[in-house]
Amino acid sequence: MAQVSSIADEQISTPVSSSKSITLRIARYNPEHDDSSMFMEFTVPCEKWTTVLEAILEVKKYFDHSVAVRYSCRQATCGSCGMIINGKPRLACFTKISELNSDVVTVEPMNNFPIIRDLAVKFERLFDTHQKIKPYLIRDDTEIESDEKEFLQSPKEVEQYIQFANCIKCGLCNSACPTMATDSSFVGPQALAQAYRYVADSRDKGKDSRLKIIDESHGIWRCHFAGSCSQVCPKGVDPAMGIQLLRGYLLGFRS
Amino acid sequence: MKIHYGTAIAAVALVAVHILMRLTQGFAESLEFESVLANYKFVPYAVMLELILILLSVHGFNGLRVILLELKQGRIYEKAVSYGCVVAMIGLIAYGSRTIIMTNMGMV
Repeated sequence: MAQVSSIADEQISTPVSSSKSITLRIARYNPEHDDSSMFMEFTVPCEKWTTVLEAILEVKKYFDHSVAVRYSCRQATCGSCGMIINGKPRLACFTKISELNSDVVTVEPMNNFPIIRDLAVKFERLFDTHQKIKPYLIRDDTEIESDEKEFLQSPKEVEQYIQFANCIKCGLCNSACPTMATDSSFVGPQALAQAYRYVADSRDKGKDSRLKIIDESHGIWRCHFAGSCSQVCPKGVDPAMGIQLLRGYLLGFRS
Repeated sequence: MKIHYGTAIAAVALVAVHILMRLTQGFAESLEFESVLANYKFVPYAVMLELILILLSVHGFNGLRVILLELKQGRIYEKAVSYGCVVAMIGLIAYGSRTIIMTNMGMV
């Protein structure tokens, strides 16, 4: 580890002008070879606008290209770069190092997801549960068959679900969920929030089938309302509220 | 899960009546042997005790089942937990009912 740090010190005179440098601790783990994860430390130059993702990419570029990280858009739209940053699930591209108020930044793979390598995790479970709740409008008729060309909604009807439509499937809510950690069959806050998104959509007619899917032994009732899912969402979605509103449908308080 | 909420609400109401009965009688005296027998022999109160027994057994064992299902998953395990909790619940209700019925019929 000391060797890595010294290499980092030597490489610090990179073309990027920097007023500050921080220690970036990256969890390294390859399930095929390693028994447990270990941290590697790198000294990385940073400006006040430097994001955690940029710091990781700096490490990949100048110090260790073998660090595995998934990313794409760099603007909190694709939901690829979710990870645990200083103990909290966040998007690496949406987290500035300056806002962490720490000279040591620790990055780890998301909890409740199987690790592929280092910071990259498998999303199969998230996509399976997302698919399970039928994330699309269900109707007997279609725009093509109907006389009307559009399914018009009032602004009030849009308000019912619009914040839930902002979900980018980054998995941070599932990573923060304590039930996801213990119940491997739990549907999870992401899928439940999306179930609400479609149930609350006035154009959708698939409410009953969706409620049937989530009203099972590892479904909506396993949520203990810890609320951590809503705390970590980078897009302002409130899955915990969506889950409570869905329960309202199941208990007959909403229709 | 509706049964869990339903039994909880009903139990809160009936247990409140049960506690009020204890307090109006005087707590220590209400737990004396003769007093307890008299309670069991008073049919409306015995029916209420039986209802509390059923409600709390259903609620408690369903809660235990849920906790155990969250601890570990697997088809065989989950079936064992569910059936095990139902059997234990029936056993507890049967044993409690036996006490109420025997006392009510003057067998104690």
